[in-house]
Amino acid sequence: MSEWLENHLPKVVLAPSFIAVLIFVYGFIGWTAWVSLTRSKLLPKYEIKGFIQYERLFDSPRWDTAINNLYIFGALFIVIAMALGLLLAILLDQKIRVEGAIRTIYLYPMALSMIVTGTAWKWILNPGLGIESMVQGWGFTNFEFDWLVNPDYAIYTIVMAAIWQSSGFVMALFLAGLRSVDGEIIKAAQVDGIPTWRIYTAIIIPSMAPIFLSAFIVLAHLAIKSFDLVIALTGGGPGYATDLPATYMYAMAFSRGDIGQAASSAMIMMLVVFAIVVPYLYSELRAKND
Amino acid sequence: MTDISMPQSQTQSRTQSAAGKIALRWLLYVLLGLFALYYLMPLFVMLTTSLKSLEEIRTGSLISLPREVSFDAWNTAWSGACTGIQCEGLRPYFWNSVLIAVPAVAISTLLGALNGYVVAQWRFKGANIIFSLMLFGCFIPFQVVLLPMARLLGIMGIAGTIPGLIFVHVIYGLGFTTLFFRNYYVTIPAELTKAARVDGAGFMRIFWSIFLPLSLPIIVVTVIWQFTQIWNDFLFGVSFSQAGTQPVTVALNNIVNSTTGVKEYNVDMAAAIIAGLPTLLVYVVAGKYFIRGLTAGSVKG
Amino acid sequence: MKRFVFATASTLAVVAGTSVLAEPQAEVLHWWTSGGEAKSVAVLQEEFAANGGSWTDMPVAGGGGDAAMTALRARVLSGNAPTAVQLKGPAIQEWYEEGVLADISSVAEAEGWAEVLPASIAGHMMCEGVWCAAPVNVHRVDWIWANADVLAANGIEMPTTWDEFNAAATKLMDAGVIPLAHGGQAWQDATVFEAVVLGIGGPEFYQKALVDLDPEALTSDTMVQVFDQMRMMRGYVDENFSGRDWNLATAMVMNGEAAFQIMGDWAKGEFLAAGKKPGEDFLCASTPGDGYLYNVDSFAMFDVDGDDKKAGQDLLAKLIVAPNFQKVFNLNKGSIPARTDVALDDFDICANLSAEDMGSTSAAGSLLPSYAHGMALRGSQSGAITDVVTAHFNSEMSSADAVQQLADAVANSY
Repeated sequence: MSEWLENHLPKVVLAPSFIAVLIFVYGFIGWTAWVSLTRSKLLPKYEIKGFIQYERLFDSPRWDTAINNLYIFGALFIVIAMALGLLLAILLDQKIRVEGAIRTIYLYPMALSMIVTGTAWKWILNPGLGIESMVQGWGFTNFEFDWLVNPDYAIYTIVMAAIWQSSGFVMALFLAGLRSVDGEIIKAAQVDGIPTWRIYTAIIIPSMAPIFLSAFIVLAHLAIKSFDLVIALTGGGPGYATDLPATYMYAMAFSRGDIGQAASSAMIMMLVVFAIVVPYLYSELRAKND
Repeated sequence: MTDISMPQSQTQSRTQSAAGKIALRWLLYVLLGLFALYYLMPLFVMLTTSLKSLEEIRTGSLISLPREVSFDAWNTAWSGACTGIQCEGLRPYFWNSVLIAVPAVAISTLLGALNGYVVAQWRFKGANIIFSLMLFGCFIPFQVVLLPMARLLGIMGIAGTIPGLIFVHVIYGLGFTTLFFRNYYVTIPAELTKAARVDGAGFMRIFWSIFLPLSLPIIVVTVIWQFTQIWNDFLFGVSFSQAGTQPVTVALNNIVNSTTGVKEYNVDMAAAIIAGLPTLLVYVVAGKYFIRGLTAGSVKG
Repeated sequence: MKRFVFATASTLAVVAGTSVLAEPQAEVLHWWTSGGEAKSVAVLQEEFAANGGSWTDMPVAGGGGDAAMTALRARVLSGNAPTAVQLKGPAIQEWYEEGVLADISSVAEAEGWAEVLPASIAGHMMCEGVWCAAPVNVHRVDWIWANADVLAANGIEMPTTWDEFNAAATKLMDAGVIPLAHGGQAWQDATVFEAVVLGIGGPEFYQKALVDLDPEALTSDTMVQVFDQMRMMRGYVDENFSGRDWNLATAMVMNGEAAFQIMGDWAKGEFLAAGKKPGEDFLCASTPGDGYLYNVDSFAMFDVDGDDKKAGQDLLAKLIVAPNFQKVFNLNKGSIPARTDVALDDFDICANLSAEDMGSTSAAGSLLPSYAHGMALRGSQSGAITDVVTAHFNSEMSSADAVQQLADAVANSY
C-alpha cells in the first residue's frame, strides 16, 4: 500500500489542483458557451436560442474596435514590456550599488491600484495639464503630445501606462532567472575572453527560455484582462476608441444587463487566446520534452 | 563559436578597459536613472497632489509642487473619509484584506510549488497536457467566472465570507503559481532527483530538503505576484463579499469612484498610496531575497 | 433560479427564527459614498435606528452604480440577496421580472404614496400593478450652468433657444472664452445629447425617439438636426475635453475659463463646495426648450425571509418617502424631494426652480425620464444609443451616418 502511494504520490499531489481547474475553469467555460446561445438578459437563463448573440456581436461596430485594439495593444504591450523587462534585469545584474532601491522603483507600479494611478496618468498625458503644456512652458511652443485625446492614438497611451505598470514584474522574473544561471559557465566564458554581449546572447538568454514562457503568459494574461487601466485612463474613449474586449464584456454583462451578449464576446475572446497561446505552448513544451 | 579573432579582442578589451569601463559604468547609471524617472513620474503626481489642499488643486496646475504642504488628506484617507455611511477611512477594511491575502498567498504558493515540482521533475504520462490545461486556465476572463462562481459559493455555503474569498483567490492563482515553479524547476538538472532517489530519498523528502531550499528567488517572485494580484483585486472582492468582509480595494473604490459627489483628489491619491503600502512593503522586504537567491544559485553550481 | 434563492433563503430563516422579537434589520446596498452623499444616507440610518432598526451598510461605488449592480448579481445568484438595494429606472421592473423583488404595496398604500408623488415618477415605482420601489429624490438632468461674471462681461443672457446658445457661443469664442465646459466621457456626451434632443425635437419627439424607440423618429430629419447641433457643440468645447471628469469641467466654469456647462444638478454641489453662490456667482437654468428630464434615485426591496428583515424593509420604505427624510436628504444632495408636498423654503433658487418646473411639466405631460441616466430605457438599449452618440461626437461622422447607425444599433439591441 505504502509503495503504491509512494509511486503515485506525484499524481495524488497534483490531483486536487487539476480537479479544481477542471471545474472552475473548464466547467465555467462550458457554462459560458451555453449561456452565449441563450437570450439571457439580467440574470443567466438556460433556454437555447441559437447563434443570435454572435450575430449581434459581429454586427456591432464597437466590438470591431475592441478586438482590433486587442491586437494592437496586445502585440505592442507584450513585445515592449518583455524587451524592457529583460533590458532592465540585465542592467541591474551588473553589481549595481543601489540595486535594492532601483529594483523597488521599477516594481512599485504593480503595487498601486490602477483605479487611481490611472488618474495620475490621465493628468500627465492630458495636453492641457501634463507633459505637453509643461514642455510648451519651457519655450518649445511647437511641441505636441495629444495622443490621449486623439481617437487614432489614444490606444498607444494605454500601452504606455500598461508597460509602466507591469514591466517591473517582468524584470523581476528575468532577474530571478539571471540569478539562477550557473555562475561557473559564465566565469569559464569570461576566462576564454568571450565579449560580454556574446555571453548574454549565446549562453545566458537561451538558458532562460522557461522564464520567457512565464513572462509571456503573465503579459498575455494582463493584456487580455486589462480592464481597470482602460476604465481609469480613458474610460474607453474618446468615443469608444480604446475599448477592449474585457471592457466590452463587462459593459454588456453588468452595466447593460445583456449577459448573453457578454457570454458570446467572452467566447470569441477565449478563441483568440486559444489561437495565439496554444501554438506557443505546444512548441515550448515539446522542446522541453526532447 | 569562439574563433581565431578571440585573442585579438582580448588584447583590445585590456587596453580599453581602464577608460572604457568607467564610461560604461556611467552610461549604465544614467540609463538606470532615466528609467527610474519614467517609473516615478506618476508617483510624483500622486504624492504632490495628496499634499495639496483641495482649493489649490481646483485653482492651480495639477502637476506642480504644492505651495503649502498639508497631511490632512492622509489623515482623512486613513481614518476619516466616507466609504458609505461610516466615515472611518480605509482603516476598518485593512484587516479584511490581510485576512484574505495572507492565507490565499501562502496556500496558492505552496500548492504551486508542489505542482511545479511534480510537473517539472516527476513527469508521468499526460503531465504536460495537465500542465497546459492548467496554464490555459490563467486566461479565463474573471468577468466570466463571476456569476457561476457566485452560485457555487452559495451552494458551498461560503458566499460573502472570508474563506469564500480565499478559496476563489487560491483557485485562480494556481495556474500562475504552478507555472512559475515549473519553469524554475525545469532548469534544475533531473540528475539531482535521480541521485537522491538512488540514495533512498522519497518524493516529499526530495522536495523539502533539496528543491525548497533552492527556490528562494522564485518564491519571492511568486509571492510578489500573488500578493499583488490578491491585495489589489477589486472584482472578486466586490462580488463575493458582504458588509463586514469587504477588502480595502472596495473601500478605496468607494472613496475614489463616487459619480455625483464632490471629488477630493488629494484624499483619493493619499488613499491609493496607503492602500498600496502593504504591497510596497512586500516588495522591499522580499526584494532582499533576490540577493540571497544569488547565493543559493551558486551553491547549486 | 427562483427555487434556488428560496432554498437558501429558507435556511437563513431557520437562523433568523431564533430571535423572538422581530427587530427591524436591513442590509442596504447603495453607491452613495462621497462626503455629501454619505451624510445624506446617514440621515436615513439615524431615523432607522431611532425607530428600533439595525442597519448594516453595504456601499459599493463606481460607474454610476455599475459596480454595485455587479455585486448585486453575485449576491442574488449565491442566494444571499441584500435586504434593500439602490435601484432605478426600468432596472426595477427588470429585476421584478426575475422574481426577486418584494411587494411593498402595504406600506405604499398606508402612507398614501399615490397622492404625493407625480404620476410619471410613481410609474417607475410600480411593477405589474404593485409597488416595488421607494423614490428618494429627483435630479433634474437638463440644466445649463453658467459663470455669471463671464456672461456679464460679454453681454450675454442665459440662452432660451439653441440658436441663442449658438450665437452666444460664437461671441464667447471671439472673446477667447471656451463656450462649453465638457468632459468627453460617454455618459457626459449622452447627457448633452438628450438635452439637445429635448430642446430641438420637443417633449413629444423626445418621448417617441428616446423612450418609445420609434424607428421613424430615430431616422427623422429632426434627428439629423440634433446631430448637426451636436457637431456644433463639438466645436464649442476645448481640445482637451476627452476623458475629463465632469467636476473638472465644472471647475472650468467656476474659474471663468469656460462659460457654460450642461450637467445634472449634482454640479451644484461642486459650486457650493467651492463657496460660490447661486444667482450671484453662477447661474442655473433649464437647457433651451420645454420639458424636464428627471433622474430619480430609489430603493427596491429584495425578497428575503425572516420577520426582522421584512420589518426592516417596511420601516425603511416608510422612512424613505416620509417628508422629513425627503427634505433633509435633498438639502444635502442638491436634488429635490420626490414628493410634492414638502415645503421648499430652505432650498436654494435652483432647487425651487426645479420643483416649480416639475409641477408645471408634470401637468403638461412633458415630465420625461432621462435616457442618459438609465431612467428611460433598459440598459442594452440606452447603451446602444450612447455608443453611437459618443462615436459621432468624437469623430468626423456625418449626421446622416449617425442617424443610420442609431437606427441599426437600436434594432440590434433587443
